[in-house]
Amino acid sequence: MRRAYFKNNWVSALMVAPQLLIIFIFFYWPTSQAMYWAFTLEQPWGGGNTWVGFDNFRDILSDSLYWYSIQVSVVYALGSTVLAVGMAIILAVFVDRQMRGFKAYKIGLIWPYAIAAPAVGLAFRFIFNPTAGIMLYVNHVFPGVWDPSTSGNDAMIMVIVAGAWKQVAYNFIFFLAGLQSIPRSLLEAGAIDGARALRRMRDIQLPLLAPTFFFVLVINITDSFTDSFGIVDTMTGGGPARATNLMVFKIFNDGFQGLDYSGAAAQSIILMFLVVALTFVQFRYIERKVHYT
Amino acid sequence: MNKSYPALAALALAFCATTASADKIKFDYWYGLSGDLGVTLAETCNRFNASQDKYEAVCTGYDGYELVVQSAIAAFRAGKAPTILQSFDAGTADLMMSGEFYPVQKMMADFGIEIDWANYFPGISNYYASSKGELFSMPFNSSTAVMYYNAADLEKAGVAPPTTWEEFEAALKAVKASDPARCGFAYEPSVWIDLEQFSAIHNVGIATNNNGYDGMDTTFTFNTTLHVKHMENIQRWMTEGLAELKTAASGMTSQDAFAQNVCTFYTGSIASHSSIHLKAVEGLAWDVIMLPVYEGNTRHNSVVGGASLWVLSGKSEDEYRGAAEYMKFLATAESEKWWVSNTGYIPVTKSAFEQLTAEGFYAAAPYKGREVAMQSLTFTEPGPLTRGYRLGSMIQVRAEWKSEVEAALAGQKTMQEALDTAVERSNGLLAKFAKTYEGKTLP
Repeated sequence: MRRAYFKNNWVSALMVAPQLLIIFIFFYWPTSQAMYWAFTLEQPWGGGNTWVGFDNFRDILSDSLYWYSIQVSVVYALGSTVLAVGMAIILAVFVDRQMRGFKAYKIGLIWPYAIAAPAVGLAFRFIFNPTAGIMLYVNHVFPGVWDPSTSGNDAMIMVIVAGAWKQVAYNFIFFLAGLQSIPRSLLEAGAIDGARALRRMRDIQLPLLAPTFFFVLVINITDSFTDSFGIVDTMTGGGPARATNLMVFKIFNDGFQGLDYSGAAAQSIILMFLVVALTFVQFRYIERKVHYT
Repeated sequence: MNKSYPALAALALAFCATTASADKIKFDYWYGLSGDLGVTLAETCNRFNASQDKYEAVCTGYDGYELVVQSAIAAFRAGKAPTILQSFDAGTADLMMSGEFYPVQKMMADFGIEIDWANYFPGISNYYASSKGELFSMPFNSSTAVMYYNAADLEKAGVAPPTTWEEFEAALKAVKASDPARCGFAYEPSVWIDLEQFSAIHNVGIATNNNGYDGMDTTFTFNTTLHVKHMENIQRWMTEGLAELKTAASGMTSQDAFAQNVCTFYTGSIASHSSIHLKAVEGLAWDVIMLPVYEGNTRHNSVVGGASLWVLSGKSEDEYRGAAEYMKFLATAESEKWWVSNTGYIPVTKSAFEQLTAEGFYAAAPYKGREVAMQSLTFTEPGPLTRGYRLGSMIQVRAEWKSEVEAALAGQKTMQEALDTAVERSNGLLAKFAKTYEGKTLP
């Protein structure tokens, strides 16, 4: 394989400098600040802080409700990822098979990703309203079956569906691109050998889609841990009884509303390491099964 | 060439305009009221600016108190804080501890502006004063909690508006008997009403050290007071079908449930008085009463809610002078009357209340009924347990209470267990707050 090198290192340094600067300002700098705060008790209006070592982490990790928050975050991450990836694959396969009206679908399916999370939250809050709309009929037929204001499970289902709905669009784009990059000749060869659509999908398309699938999985899991705030904030506010108190929402609540900057900083660090660890696990164990062509 | 004349003229005009307004000394004012109330607040700025040729308030609205406090902190740390900050009670403990503010009573005295502080209702001014009685922030949009009831329902059931919680329960049963399908009490867990207002009215504390005024080594006690009985009653009313949970998540807030003639009772801020007028379905006959008390208890004053105006430290003398002029403007009876009649808030000075009463403001709809809030707030002189709450981490404490009460209402634990957990966790928060400000005391 041929590789291109820049002869002049200064030019290359100049090229990457803007990007590095942005990463430094928006990632390394705040992260280092959070690291520092996590080991202190910071007074919000300034006026000094006290070094407390690992006290903040000890407080958080010995709090059973924090572990509960981790637990609901994992449930949310798995639920929304499975739903979003599964739906996106099905939709992408349909569009790839060029079913009637697929062009319109394609645009329609990409759209949701451009909608802000709070708007999604508001829309789904309306859809899942137990006293109006479709859920009213469901409740009418099976009384008391749906009530996200008291049932933690219902509330969790509600945020998972809303979160997944928003993410489907993003996944869909990647799956569709992945499917369309599979050489037609392979599918045609399969068809000549007598494989039907489902068989071709199982034996040709899905295996060849594995690299895309892996990428989408990593992005979805990361995203569901770090980007679920808007939906929870508008739909449940972390309730009922902390059933949807996802880690990232708890950080916002403690830090920005409760002004507990140090506790929130420590939680951010924990969240960051959790996401790093999860991504590492995915690369270590799942990527092995992926064959790049 | 000709074409550029209008542009030049516009430029010159713009230049004149900027120099004209540059003559005025500007100061920043950030507020957390949003929606219609935010618009009304912005109008007070316009009124002030129109009345002034020397100072100009540059007013910026944020979507909620939490957000404005958080933004002000970020700006303060960067040296760009506003001069005046509208902040709510629960968010000010940190500000008090930091000392990064200019006590409003001192500021007015420093600039030689006479304000009759005795004219302010003690229930309001005490809330925003230090434990020694110096007023820290300017009382502004003030409210208190009241009970709203559907008059037609009570008439049909043949009961009078309740004054005790026992009568309230009897009224719920009577309403239920006259119409079994009716929702009696639209309940929405509110720590402000169910704990803070309730405890003040019954003259019981929610924490040691006189609700935190006397020291930092405070612990919460609300899992051992009358509050427990009250919450257990609410839970029982819900299981007996007398009360229903009405929250945004269940599709309808308690306020909407009342305004849309779904439920007979609801408890809320007097500031909602105008909202109910706007939202009420055609022909809804309703009125307000003071929150009930339990039999065998003497009623005390309820506490003030809403927000007050803080002057932050580190600004120039000119800006402080401007802020002082603005406060002076707000303190006039005329401004107060304008504010009160355009919002659902209550007057903060005795003279404004008297004038409004004398003018018949409270005699007819849509303002009739609002005087109930004044009656509740001034029922007794504020005592050590009813002047307010001086507790750190109050926002998180409120969240703990809410989560635990929700858990109890969902049947995950008993109310006593829930309140025990809430107290235990809140004590942890207080201890952390005390540690953050080690060696300091609340003013």
